[in-house]
Amino acid sequence: MTTEQMTGAQALVRALENVGVDTVFGIPGGAILPAYDPLFDSRKLRHILVRHEQGAGHAAQGYAMVTGRVGVCMATSGPGATNLVTAISDAYMDSVPIVAITGQVATSLIGTDGFQEADIAGITMPITKHNFLVTKAEDIGRTIAEAFHIAGTGRPGPVLVDIAKDALQATVDFTWPVQLQLPGYRPVTRPHSKQVREAARLIVEAERPVLYVGGGVLKAGASAELKVLAELTGAPVVTTLMAKGALPDSHPLHMGMPGMHGAVGAVGALQRADLIVALGARFDDRVTGKLDGFAPHAKIVHADIDPAEISKNRHADVPIVGDAREVIADLVVALQNEHEAGRKGEYEDWWRQLNAWRDTYPLGYDTPSDGSVSPQYVIERIGKLAGPDAYYVAGVGQHQMWAAQFIKYERPGAFLNSGGAGTMGYAVPAAMGAKVGAPDTQVWAIDGDGCFQMTNQELATCAIEGIPVKIAVINNGNLGMVRQWQTLFYNERYSNTNLHAAKRIPDFVKLAEAYGCVGLRCDKAEDVDAVIAKAMEINDAPVVIDFVVHQDAMVWPMVAAGTGNDDIKIARDMAPDWENGD
Amino acid sequence: MSLHTLSVLVENKPGILARVAALFSRRGFNIESLAVGTTEHPEISRMTIVVNVADLPLEQVTKQLNKLINVLKIVELDPSASVQRELVLVKVRADAETRSQVLETVQLFRAKVVDVAPDAVTIEVTGNRDKLDAFIRILEPFGIKEMVQSGMVAIGRGARSITDRSLRAIERSA
Repeated sequence: MTTEQMTGAQALVRALENVGVDTVFGIPGGAILPAYDPLFDSRKLRHILVRHEQGAGHAAQGYAMVTGRVGVCMATSGPGATNLVTAISDAYMDSVPIVAITGQVATSLIGTDGFQEADIAGITMPITKHNFLVTKAEDIGRTIAEAFHIAGTGRPGPVLVDIAKDALQATVDFTWPVQLQLPGYRPVTRPHSKQVREAARLIVEAERPVLYVGGGVLKAGASAELKVLAELTGAPVVTTLMAKGALPDSHPLHMGMPGMHGAVGAVGALQRADLIVALGARFDDRVTGKLDGFAPHAKIVHADIDPAEISKNRHADVPIVGDAREVIADLVVALQNEHEAGRKGEYEDWWRQLNAWRDTYPLGYDTPSDGSVSPQYVIERIGKLAGPDAYYVAGVGQHQMWAAQFIKYERPGAFLNSGGAGTMGYAVPAAMGAKVGAPDTQVWAIDGDGCFQMTNQELATCAIEGIPVKIAVINNGNLGMVRQWQTLFYNERYSNTNLHAAKRIPDFVKLAEAYGCVGLRCDKAEDVDAVIAKAMEINDAPVVIDFVVHQDAMVWPMVAAGTGNDDIKIARDMAPDWENGD
Repeated sequence: MSLHTLSVLVENKPGILARVAALFSRRGFNIESLAVGTTEHPEISRMTIVVNVADLPLEQVTKQLNKLINVLKIVELDPSASVQRELVLVKVRADAETRSQVLETVQLFRAKVVDVAPDAVTIEVTGNRDKLDAFIRILEPFGIKEMVQSGMVAIGRGARSITDRSLRAIERSA
């Protein structure tokens, strides 16, 4: 144990170094300014100066998603801190481990409506796993250690540390290591063996089981274990939007993504299942559709590290609290015991049905008859040409769903997106953070023209800091998903969804160039491959490609909001024939 | 829907009441009553929260509360195995004509007069909800001028303590 006298600000920087941080995304300002002085001298911390705090937050998320470590963002008090709120909320919904450090006005000013004062701890209370207001320099080191521990263990999530300016300026005897004082924080990671055995028994007795895999499996690093489990059981697997790549899309047991825009086979598998084994998934409304119509015949085994998720939306017949990796590993052993005792599931009839759905209703799209480019084709080609080793980072909307549907994910964690919060503007800064975390891997942002205009100021950061991301703007000139809902549910009354792409305001190619990036445009299907190839050759600058695509393309299949999964449509007014193949 | 009494042991830190209250409102649960104070251990505060929910949402409330980092322990107290008390201060109209009747009621309920004015008395009464409701009903005809109630506090019967183990956790981490 070492003790050294220093300022609170130095203690903050030292503590960040000591917990292993190497990158901080942020913007300085009055209240956090003391921290930026010792940060200037740090040899271990790289500070990346973003252009908007929201960008810092999403970049920290992207960094965390590809490295598996806690991402860090930093901002000043008041508006600096409130600009982080969207990203913090996003991280909360998708269980992404980040620590947000904010400056706060001096203790004597707290509560007086001082300049740039905002109660950011109060504001972020419902969207953080935990937060701290630090008013004493001697608490800084321990609080940073606690924040990283909370963010990165159990169910991961965002933690905010708000530090008063006078605490940063005061002198303190800095001691390291520190003793965590978290008597109320004891995440359960070891599953209960009785419950695991019960789950194994249900699996071998089931006739129509499904493994419903969520983001928790990726967070736990349990993909290898999942593959063993799936192959041991022979049961079909569906992976949610947050779990893409947990099992390779090409794996024969993989039925695809369930949910509002899921594959018919994946949705059908859940609906007709007699047993659902949910692993690190949370029965989100975008997966279940109308809850009382969801999987009406299924018993539920629900394994999650967060006890509060179990039986929150759907009653669990067998609840298992634990880390997905440990749960799956134990489940494999329990199943092997069942098999050795001569009890093994027979799912041949089930697979006959599943294969019929898969063959009859594959994902697909139409090519526009007017010669314009289909957005799905662009995304599919990016996936093909950039390949399974690249990272793909989507924004929110149609392009996000197409990126989930038409890029084939073969490895865990290759797809980043804003799932729970649905944050438009996530892609550019998150791709930036991902590229910093994985500098030797190609990172493609698949963005919409609406999303892109929310956070594209970070192109400046990418250009100046040497972060050569590739950004495919799927430009249909509209807020496409909203337009799709207007087409389907509002009599084609397109209220405020047209972004007037024809006027080229802004011109994305010129915009890219203005930001020091390479700007490319593509508006013909036959040029798509060449433009992608050109972008892939450029590795010393960020590239933005303006893909001008057809505005009327829609995301299918679709379970309309408020309806049940059985009412899924494969195209407008077209329902699948569920009995097909029986 | 039914009433449930939760004893929640929390770290005695600033903002914890706001965290608990915010969690109830965000998740859409109604607090019937809430009382908070320190325990025999200065590091631990104890909240007694009465909620009106069905069994399933109650499980959700408990699990969500447990996720708060500063929450140490949650125990649901069964009314038959615990002592539950509230305190009411009530100011009742009582002039020369009615005062003796009011005082008689006070005696019957083993309540206490804590202040007297020419035309009113202020009464302190403790008990469980049923007793307090009955008492207030009987006082109503005299004219209740003002009333204030504490939240419910409750403690399990018998020799066992729910704070011991939580204290050990705190000592371990200190």
